Amino acid sequence: MKDWRFWFNEQRGTLLALAIFIVMFGFYVLNHPAGFTANVVQTAANKGVLLALVAMAQTFVVLTAGIDLSVGMVFILCNCLASYVIVGSPLMVAGGVLAVVLTGAVCGAVNAAIVILGRLQPIVATIASGAVFFGVALWLRPFPGSDPTFSSDLADALTGKVFGVIPASLIFLAATVVLIWIPFRRSVSGRTVYAAGSSEVAAFMSGMPIRRAKFLAYVLSGVFASFAGLYLTFFTYSGEASAANGNTYTLYSIAAVVLGGVSLFGGRGSAIGAIFGALAFRAIGDLLFVFEIDPLWQPLFQGIVLLLAVSVGAARLFQVRNRLDLFG
Amino acid sequence: MSDTTAQAATKSRPWRQRIDLPVVTAFGCIVILLAIGSLYSPNFLSPEYLLQQLKVGAFLGVIATGMMLVILLGQIDLSVPWTVTLGAMMASAAVSWGPAGEVFAIPFGVLCGIAIGLVNGIGVAYLRIPSMIITLAVNAVAQGLMVAYTGGFAPQDSASAAMKVLAAQSTFGVPHAVLVWVVVGALAVFMLTRTTFGRAVYGIGNKEVAAYLSGVPTQRVVMIAFALCGGLAAFGGVLLAGYAGKAAQSMGDAYLLPAIAAVVLGGTSILGGRGSYLGTVAGVILITLLQSILSVMQIAEFGRQIIYGVVIIGMLLLYGRSGKVSS
Amino acid sequence: MTETTPLFRLEGISKRYGGVRALENADLTVEAGRVHAILGENGAGKSTLIKVIAGVVQPDEGRMLLDGREISFRDPAAANAAGIVCIFQELSLIPDLSVADNIIASDPPTRFGMIDRRAQRRLAEDALARAGGVDIHPAALVKDLPLSRRQIIEIAKALARKPRLLILDEATSALTAADVKTVFEVLKRLRSEGIALLYISHRMHEIAELADDCTVFRNGRKIATYRAGTKSDNEVVEMMIGREYHHVFPSKPEPKPATGAPVLEVRNLGWAPRLNGVSLTARAGEVVGLGGLDGQGQRELLLALFGVLRGISGEVLIDGKPRRISSPRAAKDDDIGMALIPEDRKTEGLMLPMSVRDNLSFAAMSHLSKGGIIDPGAERRAIDEMIQLLAIKTDGTAVPAGSLSGGNQQKVVIAKWLMREPRIILLNDPTRGIDVGTKQEIYALLRRLADAGAAIVLYSTDYDELIGCCDKVLVMYDGAIKRTLTGAEITERALIASALNIDVAEAGPAPALA
Repeated sequence: MKDWRFWFNEQRGTLLALAIFIVMFGFYVLNHPAGFTANVVQTAANKGVLLALVAMAQTFVVLTAGIDLSVGMVFILCNCLASYVIVGSPLMVAGGVLAVVLTGAVCGAVNAAIVILGRLQPIVATIASGAVFFGVALWLRPFPGSDPTFSSDLADALTGKVFGVIPASLIFLAATVVLIWIPFRRSVSGRTVYAAGSSEVAAFMSGMPIRRAKFLAYVLSGVFASFAGLYLTFFTYSGEASAANGNTYTLYSIAAVVLGGVSLFGGRGSAIGAIFGALAFRAIGDLLFVFEIDPLWQPLFQGIVLLLAVSVGAARLFQVRNRLDLFG
Repeated sequence: MSDTTAQAATKSRPWRQRIDLPVVTAFGCIVILLAIGSLYSPNFLSPEYLLQQLKVGAFLGVIATGMMLVILLGQIDLSVPWTVTLGAMMASAAVSWGPAGEVFAIPFGVLCGIAIGLVNGIGVAYLRIPSMIITLAVNAVAQGLMVAYTGGFAPQDSASAAMKVLAAQSTFGVPHAVLVWVVVGALAVFMLTRTTFGRAVYGIGNKEVAAYLSGVPTQRVVMIAFALCGGLAAFGGVLLAGYAGKAAQSMGDAYLLPAIAAVVLGGTSILGGRGSYLGTVAGVILITLLQSILSVMQIAEFGRQIIYGVVIIGMLLLYGRSGKVSS
Repeated sequence: MTETTPLFRLEGISKRYGGVRALENADLTVEAGRVHAILGENGAGKSTLIKVIAGVVQPDEGRMLLDGREISFRDPAAANAAGIVCIFQELSLIPDLSVADNIIASDPPTRFGMIDRRAQRRLAEDALARAGGVDIHPAALVKDLPLSRRQIIEIAKALARKPRLLILDEATSALTAADVKTVFEVLKRLRSEGIALLYISHRMHEIAELADDCTVFRNGRKIATYRAGTKSDNEVVEMMIGREYHHVFPSKPEPKPATGAPVLEVRNLGWAPRLNGVSLTARAGEVVGLGGLDGQGQRELLLALFGVLRGISGEVLIDGKPRRISSPRAAKDDDIGMALIPEDRKTEGLMLPMSVRDNLSFAAMSHLSKGGIIDPGAERRAIDEMIQLLAIKTDGTAVPAGSLSGGNQQKVVIAKWLMREPRIILLNDPTRGIDVGTKQEIYALLRRLADAGAAIVLYSTDYDELIGCCDKVLVMYDGAIKRTLTGAEITERALIASALNIDVAEAGPAPALA
């Protein structure tokens, strides 16, 4: 067999997500009154980038066969913080961005410590830590608001268009892939994350640094959630501690990850797939729009897509021949 | 020799084995909270105030009962928020269908919750989708259904008379909601301790393989437990609608974390198989008092969230740790 | 010393697990460039020996010498670093990673902090070539490959660690004959390269082909080391048999002529690839033993009968009527009346944190309740009866089952099924790891149950037990019944010979089989 076929096989989930996205987006653009224009693409990109970043954050943890139910709250917390610190001179803005990213990383590290050192189940641990993160967000922004000195230069640059054509948010996504995801994927830690998610026992037997790798995965998850928080601030110029928003993003990030071909049982998939999963999931709403279906049905459609997506994994049950394996 | 001791022991199980540490701790915390509260306000220990707390706690108590059942299995139900809302909205909706609707409002709301729970149960038991994932998805579907049904606005239907009587009124100073919780709790205790279903729930939570190899229909038990959890969450929603007079969007959101926390703080293992209803009662009262005291102390919502999260993580680190994975 | 120092030496190694001694004063010398085979029946101490050498467990006594220098290993990684690499029976491959990623799992070559995939691939290709897996593409995912290829990758993974001593534990058990040939060529080449090989297998012909030296273990002790080819199969079996202790077994009834319809009859049962055409009958009052080396399909056979396995072929007849048993719940139903004492009492038989009472009545709930409501009086009476019948030593029935001794835990597992008064009792190695006194009680109980009319199928890894308890023993090999021994034919010699699937001249009192 040729090399590319193995590559194809390994990236099947990601490529499938890409295909789903292209079909849905193509459908949307073809039926859009304005057609395929830079503005339509920019609007879609800006709508998708938040979920894409949160889904990437979720991917890191899901690859370890865990789940992060606090990711939406980290996102909200970083949004509230950013609405205070993205102010003043470019240097101050840079410091503010750094502070927000560091906050995200700390949130991730807290989750990692609870899950890895405390040996708590990720699901309950992150529900509880999510409450703490949301509490901090609420402390920062008891009411939605913005800082009058908010520095909108960076925000406008990162949400606008480069050369008048390419949406800057897409370039930012691509940059995170090239500068963070790919190096991670190719590092020893990255490979260990995949190995631990696939078979923790085998990874242990092979002498891989499991704890270190898992820790890094949770921290990177926090970092990506902080990117999303920054971007939300760039769009709105303000911060809002909205529990509903946080929960929605947590939920949709799981949907995007599943659509993006990342296995919830760990060890399989990529953040690139998660990006396409997120964009495709966002496209559901757009499709409902162009087909003039009442937007009220959108949550239901998204819920059903999510339900179907998580049920697909059940197909493996039909291969189980020893029922005791079901209980593993 | 050994058989006589065994016989004696079966007749009266010693107290130390029936009362476990977490339950004692939870009740201890309740006493401490009451003491702290009485420092702030002297009528903290008055019967009226305590009954009021029990009434507020009753709604959480009903919802936590279902959650406990699922957690005993080693699973979790994250669809509680919108199952609560769905129960409340559907019961209220039934009222608007005329006199028959007025009668069937409560059973209809509960039935809708059971239907949601059945979907969860089938997903977990037969398709073996991890419960946290399928219940999240079902929560989204329930939300979608309700948003589509109400048009995203606060629903106009109001609760039926029966719902209001059950949730908001009192007899001889005893709120009916408390009585409802007592009945639900008594049924839960009976089910957990005296029925084959209850034994099966504990067995599956401890070791599903062993329960399966003992010839217990594990899949059916899991499915029924989720259906009951859905039904109880919806019933909680029905009571909340009766209390407030009508259903509201997102009214269930505030009950997911407290329900899980109440069950876990009451000593039920998050990994399943261990826990008593008495503990859940303690957990519910503890959470309710904690909320009340935090508001008496005028701690803002953010502080409550943080304290919640920290308390839950702390208790989990004490009781809920899983064994070391490797070696 | 002027004489060549052996590559690796064990001196006086002992290892105990609780009260059970797994290795006692074991010696072993492994020389570079030779294949050293380890032989022994179930529980002879082979796997403990490997674990000690590979650093998985630490010995209680004794010392290990590498190149004449004393060493000890904290963990498998330390052993690897010293050049001792073990290929375990359970595969240590990660299914979702590529072949190359798996082979170079620890310490991959890196550039700028990232894994140098090109260099890694070259290393993987080298290792694959040395392991005889040139047809395996390094970019393929392990989970897409068949078991036999995975075994080759395991070997390549071991070779990539540059071993001086390579341990193979039943490395060929999952392979087809053609693959075995490939692996053997590889192993022979490694031998010629000067690597020492420790080879554990129960396939006598493989050992005959490959081994230079052989060591026989029995009861955790080394019995003898000899040059390969200097002993006949007969002599080897002679060394493997002969346990030190003998239990008191209840007297068996005179072999009855096979009368009456069998309670349980199995015709041509299959579950590919682990069970191939198994047929057996068990009559009321009969104790049928399943023998053979561990892992020859005995466990699968019992699970298949109990309705756990999907996709089985063949027929199961209860009281002469064909039945489809699709779950343990169906199997325990009173009109079938089957019970299974599972292999692992701690995870499959009991809920350890639950009380003795709840465990005892768990399987018999339908007998102790009406309309789903438990009758506490009936439950208490039934439990007290069982505790007396089996003399279970427990501090009351409210204590967790996990607080009992191993023997009493096993009694609880048996008692929970006896509460249903089963007619067919399947037991999967019920006396493993329990004390001698309890074992004897269980033997007596099995005979009493048989006398009371139950049909019993007993799988045991302890040959003494099969000899002492069973009216008939079916010896399994590779998922099929290779030989049926009845009455006086059931000897340790016959059991071991047929378990190894070799013909040994019958020297016992029984007439030789054709």
